[in-house]
Amino acid sequence: MARSFNYLFQTNMKPSSHFWAGVRAELPLLVGVFPFGMIYGTLALNAGISLAASQGMSSILFAGSSQFAFAQLVHDHAPALVIILTIAVVNLRHMLYSASLAPFMRDLSPRWKILLSYLMTDEAYAVAVLNYERVGAAAGAQYYFFGAGFALWATWQISTALGLWVGAALPASLPLDFALPLTFIAMVVPALKNRPAIAAALSAGLVALLAYSIPYKLGLILAALTGIVVGTILESRVGRNAIPPYNAEEK
Amino acid sequence: MNIWLIVIVGGLITFGMRFSFIWLLGRYDVPVTMRRALHYVPPAVLSAIVFPELFLPSGQLDLSLGNARLLAGLVAIAVAAWTKNSLLTILAGFISLLVFEALFAIR
Repeated sequence: MARSFNYLFQTNMKPSSHFWAGVRAELPLLVGVFPFGMIYGTLALNAGISLAASQGMSSILFAGSSQFAFAQLVHDHAPALVIILTIAVVNLRHMLYSASLAPFMRDLSPRWKILLSYLMTDEAYAVAVLNYERVGAAAGAQYYFFGAGFALWATWQISTALGLWVGAALPASLPLDFALPLTFIAMVVPALKNRPAIAAALSAGLVALLAYSIPYKLGLILAALTGIVVGTILESRVGRNAIPPYNAEEK
Repeated sequence: MNIWLIVIVGGLITFGMRFSFIWLLGRYDVPVTMRRALHYVPPAVLSAIVFPELFLPSGQLDLSLGNARLLAGLVAIAVAAWTKNSLLTILAGFISLLVFEALFAIR
């Protein structure tokens, strides 16, 4: 991902050069994102969510894994509060991204800060932070971030719409709802690189089974918190250096 | 169902988290414990969603060999661990479910 596409950052470059460099750096990631947008569109429709709300989720929320969780929980008739809480927990990691990019974005106008915050997904962050680490808070770097973020945004909107269109044509007898847990398995398993992460996943799963009958799907929140606490405690016991960095959404 | 309420409130919260530290001008850093805890959010939340889907397909604990979803899920976990390829994982899991369901229907 560190390949530069012959892009050598210079402050006297035109904003559009930075923008397109950002788009180009994002391209390899888009290949992986596109099918997921389509799967999301198909599953949202299958979960009984309206076309407008499914697409609205992609443009207003614009955060892949939480959209999958949203579709799953609507499918399971979870109450709105639990769904919102789950979305919040799944997206907590964006605070980390925000903290890591903040020093580079200090001098931007409020308008830029709002725009780039809205576009800050896992994939856009990955590309933007690499560039910031190369060039620092240089003037023009925001156009690079904007290019990466916009490319991903457009891809996500188009692939969602395509998924909604394809989903409507698929036979209802297909067990499409199973693609949701499969998507989560595909996200989680490759990232279980150390014992605290495995323990977090197993303890959360076990509590989810034991607490399944608690009303309002609150067992899910309880299970998630258990996993987070177990992982955190184990990690502080093992010691930080023993553990490789964890990236949940490598694609 | 108040879907749009979820979309808008969920969207506002997500934006708020993305904007949080950028808005604070980078003056504050995330505390170490929270940074550590955040790493375990994805495995914890996603497993909490996946386990009941595999083990409680009809709301009841089903550890039998007739539980097609559990078997297909195990295939997917194996493929995910082996290949680390998301699309391959989803495809393998989905096809196994169709195969297991067809087999159990015959029996």
